[in-house]
Amino acid sequence: MLAFRKYSVLPGFRITFGFTVTYLSLMVLIPLSALFVKASGLTWTQFLETVTNARVMASYRLTFATALLAACVNAVFGFIVAWTLVRYRFPGKRLIDAVVDLPFAMPTAVSGIALTAIYSKNGWMGQYLEPLGIKVAFAPLGIIIAMAFVGLPFIVRTLEPAIQDLDKEAEEAAAILGANRLQTFLRIIIPSLMPALLTGFAQSFARAIGEYGSVVFISGNMPMRTEISSLLIVSKLDQHDTAGATAIACVLLVASFVVLGTVNAVQWYISHRSRGGN
Amino acid sequence: MNIDVRSITRSFGAFRALNDVSLNIREGELVALLGPSGSGKTTLLRIIAGLETIDAGCEGSIAFDGHDVTDRPAGKRGVGFVFQHYALFRHMTVFENVAFPLRVRKKKHRPVEAEIQRRVQELLDLVQLGGLAKRFPAQLSGGQRQRIALARALAVEPRVLLLDEPFGALDAQVRQELRSWLRRLHDEIHVTSVLVTHDQEEALEVADRIVVMNKGRIEQVGSPEEVFHHPATEFVMEFLGQVNVFHGRIGDGVARLGEMTIDYPSYPHAEERAATFYMRPHELDILRTANGPGQLAAQVVRMNPAGSSAKVTLQTREGTPIIVELPLDRYRELSLQRNEYVFVQSRAARVFLPDASSEALPDYAI
Repeated sequence: MLAFRKYSVLPGFRITFGFTVTYLSLMVLIPLSALFVKASGLTWTQFLETVTNARVMASYRLTFATALLAACVNAVFGFIVAWTLVRYRFPGKRLIDAVVDLPFAMPTAVSGIALTAIYSKNGWMGQYLEPLGIKVAFAPLGIIIAMAFVGLPFIVRTLEPAIQDLDKEAEEAAAILGANRLQTFLRIIIPSLMPALLTGFAQSFARAIGEYGSVVFISGNMPMRTEISSLLIVSKLDQHDTAGATAIACVLLVASFVVLGTVNAVQWYISHRSRGGN
Repeated sequence: MNIDVRSITRSFGAFRALNDVSLNIREGELVALLGPSGSGKTTLLRIIAGLETIDAGCEGSIAFDGHDVTDRPAGKRGVGFVFQHYALFRHMTVFENVAFPLRVRKKKHRPVEAEIQRRVQELLDLVQLGGLAKRFPAQLSGGQRQRIALARALAVEPRVLLLDEPFGALDAQVRQELRSWLRRLHDEIHVTSVLVTHDQEEALEVADRIVVMNKGRIEQVGSPEEVFHHPATEFVMEFLGQVNVFHGRIGDGVARLGEMTIDYPSYPHAEERAATFYMRPHELDILRTANGPGQLAAQVVRMNPAGSSAKVTLQTREGTPIIVELPLDRYRELSLQRNEYVFVQSRAARVFLPDASSEALPDYAI
C-alpha cells in the first residue's frame, strides 16, 4: 500500500487532504471533464471536421505561434527586468517593481483598449510605426504585444527569487578560473536559472494561449489572418454551436497540456540531475 | 611565487577591514592567515586574489614576483581559489567542473579534447577522486566537494593557491583528515599557498608560517612555534591556546597579584603601575600546601580528566577563574576533591604592561 501519511506534529492531514481533493475537483476537474462530455455530443467525423476546418486551423497556428513568440520575448526582456530589479539599487525601484504587477491587476479588456489606442494608425506609437511599414494594431504583431504584456509578470516573478538565490561565489569562481563575463553568463548563470526560466516561460506561454480580453481588441479578428482560437470559441457559442465550441476548446486544452507537460519534463530533468538524481 | 603586499587599506563604509597591512609571502611556503571573524583575513585573501579592490585613495600595492598586479583582474592573475562553500557549478558534472578553466580559455590556448580528458583525470587522481568524474556535486559529501574544488583550482596551474576557510563547513573528523591531506599535497606539489582560518589548531598544524590578524592589522608573523611560545602581543597570547589572565601591579622589582608577591627584577622602577599576567594552563601546578609566597590560594570548582591531560577549574578568593592542566598521573596522585582549597603555583608567566603592550617583557619564571 502507498504510505500517504508521515508522522507530523501538526494534525489534520485527513481533513486538509480531503479538502484539497474536493476543492480541486469542484474548481478544475469537473468543469474540464464537462468540456469533454459536451464535445462528445458530436460524432467523430463531425468533431474532426470542426477542429480541422481551415479557419480553425489558421487560428491554431496564429494562437500558438504568437503565444510562443510572446513567451520568447518575455523570456528575454523579463529576464533583464528581473535581473535589474534584483541586482541593482536605484531610485524608483519599488515603483518599477509595482509596475511589473500591473498586467496581473488590470482587467484585460482595459489593457486591450489601451494597447489598441497606442498602436492604431493614429495612436502615439502607431503614427510613427505605420509610415515605416510596421503595422501593429490589427496584425499578428499586435497580438504578440498584447500577449507579451499579460505574460510579463509571470517571467519576472518566477525569475526574481532564482536570481536572488544565485551562488555569488560560483560567479567569482568562474571569473577566477579565467572565464570572461559572457562565458560566466552563458555557462554558469543561465544554466543555473534554467528551471526558473522554463517555469516562467511555460506560465507566460499558457497565459498567452488562453488570453482573450486584451487580444480581441488589438487583433481586429480578421478570419484566417488575425483570429485567435479563443475568439472562434466565443463566436461559435454566439451561434449556439456549443458542441463545436467545446470541440475547439478540447483541442486547445490538450495542446496546452502537452506543451506544459513537455516543459515540465525538461525542467524536472534539469533540476533533478543537478540535485543528485541520475 | 613570491607575493608582496604593501600598505594595503580597505574600508567598507566606516568599517576598516584592513588598515595599512604589509606582508611578504615566500615562494613555495604555506602561510596561514589566522584571526577572529572581522579581523580582515578573508579581505586580505580576496585582495590578493583580485576579487576585492583596495581603497581608492590607498597607495598600497600587490606584487607577484616583483610584478605589480594591483589592477590586474582576478582571472589574469594565475591564482587558484578555494571557497569555504566549495562554489562548485551545480549543473555540471565533476568532470566538467574541473574542465571548466580549460574550456573557457581562448581558442589558441585551449587544449584539444583528448588533452582536456587527460588533464582532468590527472587532477581527479591527484585529489584521489578519480572514480567520481560523472557524478554531480550534489551527489558528493562535503569533503569530496572540497577536494573537487581544489582540483578545479589547480586546473589553471596556479602560481599561488588561496584557500578561504576551506574546511570551515566540514565535520570535525573530516576536517582533521583533510587538513593533514592538504599538508601532504602541499609537500608534493609545492605551490605557494595562503590559507585563511579562524581555527588556531588548523593553522598551527598545517602552516609553515602563521600571520595572526586582529582588527584589520597584523599582530605577529612567525612559525607556529614562535607565535605559540613567544607571542609578540597580548592578543596573540590570548588568541592562541588557552590562557589564564590576571591583572596585578608591578613596581620596585616586585609584581603583586592579589595576596601574592613575585620577584620581578626586569622592572626595577620605583613608580608602580598596572600590568597583565598571562599563564598557560599547562604551566601551572596545584599544591596541597603552600611552600612560599609565590602561590595563589584557590578553590577547586570542576575537574575534567577526560583527555590526554586533566583540566581543573579553580576560583581565587576574588572570584577570578583559573584553569590548570595537569598530567593524568599527577592528577591521580593529588586526588582532588570538589570545593577543596589548594594552592596554585606557576612555572612560567608572561607580563605585558598595558601602555607598552607591543613589547613583551621576557618570559619570567615565578
